[in-house]
Amino acid sequence: MTLLQVEGLDCRYGLLQAVRGVSIEVANGETVALIGANGAGKSTLLRALAGAHRPHAGRVLFDGRDITSMPAHRRVSLGIALVPEGRRLFPSLTVEENLRVSASRKGRWSVQSVLDLFPMLQPRRHMVAANLSGGEQQAVAIGRALMSNPRLLLLDEVSLGLAPVVVDAVYRSLADILREGTTVILVEQDLGRALKVAGRVICMLEGRIVLEGAAASLDRDRVVGAYFGLKRPA
Amino acid sequence: MTIVNAVLQGIFLGAFYAVLACGLSVMFGVMRIINLAHGDIAVLGAYAVFVIVQSTGMSPFVAFVVALPLMIVLGYVLQLTILERSLKSGILIPLLATFGLSIVIQNLLLLRFSPDVRSLGGDAGAVTTSSWQVTSGLSVSALGIVILLVALVVFGALQVFLSRTRTGWMMRATAEDADAAELVGIDSRGVYARATALAVAIAALGGLFLAIRSVFDPLSGPTQLIFAFEAVVIGGMGSLWGTLVGGLALGVAQTVGAQINPEYSALAGHLLFLAVLIVRYGGVRVALRTAR
Repeated sequence: MTLLQVEGLDCRYGLLQAVRGVSIEVANGETVALIGANGAGKSTLLRALAGAHRPHAGRVLFDGRDITSMPAHRRVSLGIALVPEGRRLFPSLTVEENLRVSASRKGRWSVQSVLDLFPMLQPRRHMVAANLSGGEQQAVAIGRALMSNPRLLLLDEVSLGLAPVVVDAVYRSLADILREGTTVILVEQDLGRALKVAGRVICMLEGRIVLEGAAASLDRDRVVGAYFGLKRPA
Repeated sequence: MTIVNAVLQGIFLGAFYAVLACGLSVMFGVMRIINLAHGDIAVLGAYAVFVIVQSTGMSPFVAFVVALPLMIVLGYVLQLTILERSLKSGILIPLLATFGLSIVIQNLLLLRFSPDVRSLGGDAGAVTTSSWQVTSGLSVSALGIVILLVALVVFGALQVFLSRTRTGWMMRATAEDADAAELVGIDSRGVYARATALAVAIAALGGLFLAIRSVFDPLSGPTQLIFAFEAVVIGGMGSLWGTLVGGLALGVAQTVGAQINPEYSALAGHLLFLAVLIVRYGGVRVALRTAR
């Protein structure tokens, strides 16, 4: 069953066109990795799905409903949550306040279950977010998105700037989230990790989708070729 | 003893300035809007109370409670109609919009109430006249105590609201990162409207105190705005308790200045404001560099 349907999406920043005629379908429960070089339009696409960027043209349908012009905060209550690039926590709020301030749909995730998912946050619960380490901040950012019990979770470069050990911990938690049946679209720079965690991979180049397929069916060379635009598919 | 008395009266005066400054500080802290109509909104609040007192004969304090819902609605409408549109257009437009609003309010008040100077001091009863003579040179007015206590309650309540309630967290979250707040499901428009409503309500309280402790007319707003603005800057932009301290410091500077010479009252406040600007924002170095 299709959860998300994107049709001919165009996103612009002034004269710069970041996303060009992108169409995607994501089924319920799927895990999709979005890969591509810097500036390929991955983050913009995620922001457009979350409602943080108003597209220039095209349509976004969630659960069959047209949400193209719906503001971001209302999409959260429908069940779309974005963990933005750079984490974007509220620095003066404590860990718990950062979690509780998020609008909550009823479901599996609560402050307690988020803290269970990220045990490293337990002792930091009443600490101000600004004083957390990068990994802890990332955990709060993911936890904050989970608090709305999303049906579609969008993760933008969750491993950026983190130590490899911490990235491992984050991905272990991600496995728990995936087991809950949450649909996930994640942007990931680490190709190996993306191919491992995702069922399907979408590669973007200069705002367009240049390669798409089941992770198992794609060999590294084809992906690398599409990633850098070495061999443009006809 | 006279200097102690001057400081004490300055604290009472400063509590009034702090209440005036509080709403200005909230709007700047949450939306980065410097509301140039803040003083006029306070005066508008004073007139609202004045009209209710005139037509019903009730105490100004009760009349304020009646006027409060009107002022809160006004704050909502103000945000959703004027300020929200202006916020989208960069930093200068809200400044111009509130400047225009200031002129509109002043002229509407002139049209309706004439330039006559009014006061609610007479209607407020014994609170405006009673005082305690502590020693020969030291007296404490009941109104001063009331204003100081109300100021402490307002700032304390605001502190609890911002640090303990979910709506308060939403306000702080939106102030820190409106874009990220939207992404966690916070309606930033709604938060902004609530912040403005809160600011307008507290401004109206400032207007009530202005009307009771002294006099007002349709053009009183800008003077109140300057004192409120100075209090906010002295205390540090965007800091809640800083605004209270800033208001008290401004009040004390004015009364101590007046002790030296009555003409120096406002001047002493302005000098303190300038001194804080120079020290805090590195003005000393800039001044020295340009002097060289």
